[in-house]
Amino acid sequence: MARVTISSALLLAALLALALYTLTYGQIGLTVSETLAALTGSGSDEMTSQIVNEIRLPRVLAAILAGGALGIAGVLMQALFRNPVADAWSLGLLAGGQFGVALTVTAAAFAGPDAISFLTMFAGPSITVAAAAGVAATAAVMLALGRRVGAITLLVVGLMLGFTAQGLTSVLLHFAARAGGRVYGGWSDASFAGVEPANLPWLALPILIGLGLAVVTAKPLTSLLLGETYAKSLGVRVGVLRWLALAATVVLVAPVVAFCGPVSFIGLIAPHVARAFTNSARIMPLLPLAGLGGALLALAGDAIVHAPWEQHFLHLNAILAILGAPVVILILVFSPAMRGWR
Amino acid sequence: MLALVDLSVGYAGARGAVVANVALEAAPGDFICILGRNGAGKSTLMRTVAGLQPPLGGTARLDGEDIATMRPATRARRIAVVLIERQFSPGLKVEDVVSLGRQPFTSWQGHLTPEDRAIADDALSQAGADAFRGRFFDDLSDGERQRVLIARAIAQTARVMILDEITAFLDLPGRVEVMSLLRRHARAQGACVLLSSHDLDLSLELADRICLLDGAGGLATGSAGDLIAAGRIGAAFDTKEVAFSPIRRRFELVREEAG
Repeated sequence: MARVTISSALLLAALLALALYTLTYGQIGLTVSETLAALTGSGSDEMTSQIVNEIRLPRVLAAILAGGALGIAGVLMQALFRNPVADAWSLGLLAGGQFGVALTVTAAAFAGPDAISFLTMFAGPSITVAAAAGVAATAAVMLALGRRVGAITLLVVGLMLGFTAQGLTSVLLHFAARAGGRVYGGWSDASFAGVEPANLPWLALPILIGLGLAVVTAKPLTSLLLGETYAKSLGVRVGVLRWLALAATVVLVAPVVAFCGPVSFIGLIAPHVARAFTNSARIMPLLPLAGLGGALLALAGDAIVHAPWEQHFLHLNAILAILGAPVVILILVFSPAMRGWR
Repeated sequence: MLALVDLSVGYAGARGAVVANVALEAAPGDFICILGRNGAGKSTLMRTVAGLQPPLGGTARLDGEDIATMRPATRARRIAVVLIERQFSPGLKVEDVVSLGRQPFTSWQGHLTPEDRAIADDALSQAGADAFRGRFFDDLSDGERQRVLIARAIAQTARVMILDEITAFLDLPGRVEVMSLLRRHARAQGACVLLSSHDLDLSLELADRICLLDGAGGLATGSAGDLIAAGRIGAAFDTKEVAFSPIRRRFELVREEAG
């Protein structure tokens, strides 16, 4: 337990330091004292305050929330699928969520201007709900499939399903735009910069609910790691547990898709980072560590994207791929947790 | 303590009952071996007694309470299970597996108290699995894994322990060791241990009582001596090639008589 507390404190300190860095440095460099003054509202410069509080802070908060949600959802999914390479992105849930949004937008576009204006008015919640439907449908399919095929096959199928959904999304949004509805710009790439301050509650609220569900399912999910029969013999109602864990995953992940797009790799890696800290697979201690670890990864990616490059920003998923893909390769090839799967 | 009353087990539909209308009374401290040929219904009977599948008829009772309708959380405190099925459990450490045995007793958060940890530690030593600490469960050999699972069941401090063909992966000294440790556990804790096995001679040697599934849905219960004397073992296992010799207490090849 002390181990979890110390590791969490370390990760939290790193997260705060990185957040301060991201708020301070960028196309316009500030000093740390200027940033802190702007955050506390004691600064005199209006422009600095605007940059820190209205441009950078929402992005930093979005990255922390989304990264944390993906990390925790990753822990749940790896336990639910008993698959160390499962996560919302790798099993196609994020792409499924995008497809759900695209379907909704297209339907509204063809239904006429009234539907479009309705959708625009409630853009935050309606897009989250549409994403949730897509995420849930994909998750149900993958869960059914997960009982038939091995871990690696499931990973490949998930990635392929993701490509399919992303292709369909792109085509649908193209026709939706032609039909006159440009509600959603689309996300070929992931980004935390597009989150409006007004949308932050819509991002945070479902994630908090998901966090609550994750905590409730943590104990029985630990039993499920030993297999369904053992879980039953330990008093777990496996059917109920599956639904709860699935619901938790959906509400954690759907707002991330809706507002930040398909953020890759974080959900897959964060649980492994957390397990390295705890030296155990028990779910409860993993939750804070995977949440903080995911937030840290997301913020690190964002910091690189928004470093003061000349005249442009980099793509978030490009950075996450460069950082994340080698880690996944290392996990697949060398991790003792993968033994028996290779 | 454990009572099977007119119990029929099996599956709905064409397969139907595998074991029908059997009865058994087991007392605290009993070490009972369940024998029978492949397909005689050992696993189905064990799963039903463990409450993992509903009976087709009759009841299995623990201290007078019907196991099939017991609340899952209550049942988990009273019945521990070890199965032969091989599951991959990525990331689980040996300590994680053993402490899962404490899961039915922990708070909703699953937090382990120092007492829980002490029980788990003790269970690891009892099962001779001390040396596997710190390793990944999936990294262990089949035999080592069985020991850890037995430690987990011991940590569950259940009144009834049900073990399905767990000795299959162990070598002979390992089997003797595991079976005697289970017998000691039954004696020391006043638990009732039910073990299904293909190890006929060892079971006949070590069990307090034998439950013999005849393959036709019947169950004969008694001491090894009684069952052998009544010719039940031979009736259940003999084929054209092998026959049980009551005198030597083991199977022998049937000689093709030349004339």
